[in-house]
Amino acid sequence: MSMFNKRPLRRLVLMASFFVPVWLQAAEVSDTRQAELKHLLIQDCGSCHGLRMKGGLGPALTPQDLAGKPKDSLVATVVYGRPGTAMPPWDALLTENEAEWLIDLLLQGVAP
Amino acid sequence: MKKIFLTPLLALSLTACSLSGVQESELRGTGDLGVIIERADGNVLIVEHSNNQILARVEGLGDLSHASVVFSRDARYAYVFGRDGGLTKIDLLKQRIDKRIIQGGNSIGGAISEDGRLIAVGNYEPGGVKVFTADTLELVADIPATTLADGTKNSRVVGMTDAPGQKFMVSLFDTGEIWIIDFSDKTTNEPQITKFFDIGKQPYDSMLTPEGRYYMAGLFGEDGLAMLDLWHPEKGVKRVLGGYGKGEQPMPVYKMPHLEGWTVADDRVFVPAIGRKEVLVIDNKSWEQAGRIEMIGQPVFVMARPDARQIWVNFAVPDNQYVQVIDSETAEVIKTIEPGPGVLHMEFSPRGEQIWISVRDRNEVQIWDTATLEHLYTLEADSPSGIFFTNRAHRIGL
Repeated sequence: MSMFNKRPLRRLVLMASFFVPVWLQAAEVSDTRQAELKHLLIQDCGSCHGLRMKGGLGPALTPQDLAGKPKDSLVATVVYGRPGTAMPPWDALLTENEAEWLIDLLLQGVAP
Repeated sequence: MKKIFLTPLLALSLTACSLSGVQESELRGTGDLGVIIERADGNVLIVEHSNNQILARVEGLGDLSHASVVFSRDARYAYVFGRDGGLTKIDLLKQRIDKRIIQGGNSIGGAISEDGRLIAVGNYEPGGVKVFTADTLELVADIPATTLADGTKNSRVVGMTDAPGQKFMVSLFDTGEIWIIDFSDKTTNEPQITKFFDIGKQPYDSMLTPEGRYYMAGLFGEDGLAMLDLWHPEKGVKRVLGGYGKGEQPMPVYKMPHLEGWTVADDRVFVPAIGRKEVLVIDNKSWEQAGRIEMIGQPVFVMARPDARQIWVNFAVPDNQYVQVIDSETAEVIKTIEPGPGVLHMEFSPRGEQIWISVRDRNEVQIWDTATLEHLYTLEADSPSGIFFTNRAHRIGL
């Protein structure tokens, strides 16, 4: 049931986000959503990148590995994926804002 | 005369028992045992499916983000292949680690040889295969995979299985190869390697049909599967379902499917479709597509009950709270169940009357009756993923 409810809600949130100034959006990720996102990062990103982000089928994503990479392109990789590789676009499940929040988390370092 | 002879023997065996800490009352077989991977904390549960219980927790196995298990021929030892390159041999009877080594930087899975003497591991980093003695985990052979064109590293190795004739089979993800690694010459530790090139783009996993004849690699980079007939390797690798999905836009793949556990049921093979909410049905005579079954999500494991009458399927995120059951004869979904968020793996009891389902985000392993399709019992486990029963010890390709 919950699966069918989420989609319209997400659309609503997306629509609403157009009317919020960009500088406000950075703080927009709620506590509950943050917990969900961290869980998604560890478990679902972790299936390819490792629970400890040390790599697997996908490359390692520790702060050292990501150092020096432009943040915009990291966010874009999450949102749009990498065609020709196993990295899918996550835009059906994540907003750009949430992707940015995840990249920030990776840049700080994350542990299960 | 007999009595005199028996007494010291009895005394000796009593000493042996007390030394090992195992009491005589605990003398038992291993045929109804298994292990469950506790993914987050690097632990393994030893379980028993006769009484649906957890016997022990073994700790300290490192990073088990992606772990797989094979069993020794006597079904006493479980070999756990961990993401961090750890290879751990667990004694199911003494309920402890017998030996543990770090054999590589990043590994994906392994296999045990038909004679039970060799353990082979497929590694992502450094890309290649390492082979060890099963009893002491000493290195027998180190086989690097093909170096990538830019010379920076070797191809990642996936789809490791054993095959009849003291062989191991692997696929090379980055360079699109299938290798037969043959250890049948017992006079040397140097295997004979047969390489098949250009088998397709990005083989992501593979499996051996249960009788050990066909090795099939699923392709991520293009539609279809690569198939090698091990009765006739001279005929080379054939493409199966090459035109599948032509002209359709695949969905994003949030989790790589697994090919382990698929089967030939009623002359048809059931496999997960990549990037589609479908299970594919292949005719195993012509190897042509015989149908597709619409599912609730993108399949990850498509596993047949041992009698092949049902096919159980779990799914990638965001549909990983469901499991669907297919009738193998009608190729229709007969039931959709919702064990809970994060269904990661399933394992049938040896004869298939029960299935154990790991439900990661509920910290549960659920035991379901496959005849009534009802939930029977629940075991607690921390972030459970893979479930492996010892009957795998005696099956080709597992």
